[in-house]
Amino acid sequence: MGILEVKDVGKRFGGLQALGDVNLSVKENSVHAIIGPNGAGKSTLLNCLVGKLIPDTGSVMFDGQSVLGRSPHEINQMGISRVFQTPEIFGDLSVMENMMIPCFAKRDGSFRMRAIENTMREKDVVEKAEAMLVDMNMADKRHMNAASMSRGDKRRLEIGMCLAQEPRLLLLDEPTAGMARADTNNTIDLLKQISDERDITIAIIEHDMHVVFSLAERITVLAQGTPLVEDNPENIKGHPKVREAYLGETAA
Amino acid sequence: MLGLNNKDTKLLIAVAVLTLLAPFILNPFPADSAMAQFNAGYPDLMQRFVIFGIFAIGFNILFGLTGYLSFGHAAFLGIGSYAAVWIFKLFTYNVVPAIALAVIMAGLFSVIIGYVSLRRSGIYFSILTLAFAQMSFALAYSVLSNPKFNLTNGETGLQVYADDIQMFHREGLPDLPHLFGLSMRSTYNLDIGAWSFSFNAGYYLCAIVLMLVFYLSIRIFRSPFGLMLRAIKSNQTRMSYTGLNPRPHTLAAFVISGMYAGLAGGLMAAMDPLAGAERMQWTASGEVVLMTILGGTGTLIGPVLGAGFIKYFENIFSKINDSILHEWFAFLPDGLENFMVFIVHPFVGKGWHLTLGILFMLVVIFLPGGLVEGGQRIAKWIKNRGKAEDSGATTEPAE
Repeated sequence: MGILEVKDVGKRFGGLQALGDVNLSVKENSVHAIIGPNGAGKSTLLNCLVGKLIPDTGSVMFDGQSVLGRSPHEINQMGISRVFQTPEIFGDLSVMENMMIPCFAKRDGSFRMRAIENTMREKDVVEKAEAMLVDMNMADKRHMNAASMSRGDKRRLEIGMCLAQEPRLLLLDEPTAGMARADTNNTIDLLKQISDERDITIAIIEHDMHVVFSLAERITVLAQGTPLVEDNPENIKGHPKVREAYLGETAA
Repeated sequence: MLGLNNKDTKLLIAVAVLTLLAPFILNPFPADSAMAQFNAGYPDLMQRFVIFGIFAIGFNILFGLTGYLSFGHAAFLGIGSYAAVWIFKLFTYNVVPAIALAVIMAGLFSVIIGYVSLRRSGIYFSILTLAFAQMSFALAYSVLSNPKFNLTNGETGLQVYADDIQMFHREGLPDLPHLFGLSMRSTYNLDIGAWSFSFNAGYYLCAIVLMLVFYLSIRIFRSPFGLMLRAIKSNQTRMSYTGLNPRPHTLAAFVISGMYAGLAGGLMAAMDPLAGAERMQWTASGEVVLMTILGGTGTLIGPVLGAGFIKYFENIFSKINDSILHEWFAFLPDGLENFMVFIVHPFVGKGWHLTLGILFMLVVIFLPGGLVEGGQRIAKWIKNRGKAEDSGATTEPAE
């Protein structure tokens, strides 16, 4: 049993069958990549996992509990954090405040009325956020407005915010899309380090094969809404079906 | 001090000094001079400054922090006023229970209205609150004032009559709203030379309440809850995907700001035991939006400044009539005098809205942060000017 079990999940948008009978099992503490050409249903699948979409059929179990019908914040509190394709951070707030919010969410749950206490005197949260910023190499940027940072830094902050919640499963949606080579390599190193140092499962959706093959332990290939194959990177590289899906029939 | 950092403590002290010394500050001109009409230090107007300041501080907790623009907050103000007058009618002229019930009733109504309206955000939320406010206005104006069940007394407005029950009213207590016997209308006039200053009990009650709720709003701004509200304004997607439920946060902010509005309504009735439906009309809701934006949305002091600014214009500019204008321009030759009066006339008296509108446009276009941003720019300019002179003398490189 993996930490995330997706069974027979299907999702239809009008006449388009975006997902048809997807089965997927992500092993605990592994790095699992989901790849596939455009329109393969990668993002739809991800949205079904985090509560943004509700699949028409099938089940999604996280650590033995169903996530279906729960709202995004409830699923997050179960231990699934998501990194977006374009970094979703609190642009109007400072870097430190950005980091404190997930620390509060971890400590106080989805809603707790603390309207009189002074934020900066919540010692445990302040210390944890500061330590997290040091981990992310951003301690010198703590007073900066989050929106004014570079894309690479925003991505770093977003990943740090997700880690501050101590999730058991980290979902990444094309984390290096639109990044320069150097930033991409930095992100790969960061993710490697995270997966080595922490008890965390990483599921990553990615276009960039360089990223996928340097990180993933298992790879699922999705095409036209259904999984083609699931295997380790070496076997995926040479798999004829994968080449067919990516490069067209003639090349296969 | 009081759990605040230095900057906030200074701000709180500044507000305390300004409100407590308002009778002096707002009456800078001798009582019988030509400029006396610009004096705003009479009790009625000072009370209004402070009450609308409270209303705007509360509105800013919702609009300034979460970005949810409510167009229906006057409904809570009206509900507060009606609740307070009913206490006067049924029980006692003491203002404490009246204000308490005003806050509670406004809180209850804002739970209901907020729960429904907050299912949507952006423009849809604004429209929903507007619809609720207009429904409340219609209820107060006509539906709830039929002879069989007269809750609001319709057009005339709810007021206290001689044959009302007033269960706990005794001989010896003032026949007006009072605080344990101290009439809200009792005023001490201090004459120093040509100047005249009035110290009114009602005003000082409002001023103390303002200081308390201003302090509370600072605490909310600096609290984890305040941080969550700013997070909602900044990025609701990230908020949800960080395991935080935006809805109870926004509802709590809505109810708190509704209770501030109810408090303002209760105080209004405590100053003048009368509640009319026009207090709930959408123009009144729009006014508090203007106050907040004019002063500086999301800043602590902005809404108070905005409220004072608008109420000053409403009460002072609207009183300038043609004969006063003729007096002002009397030093000019006749033709020119009439011409100047003709030019200025549309902007004063009944035309004060025109002046306010132009000022509002100028502020929104050139100072998006409101009067507070204006103040900050001036402070920065003064500071930089000093610096420039220093560095010019020592030829140090700029920072």
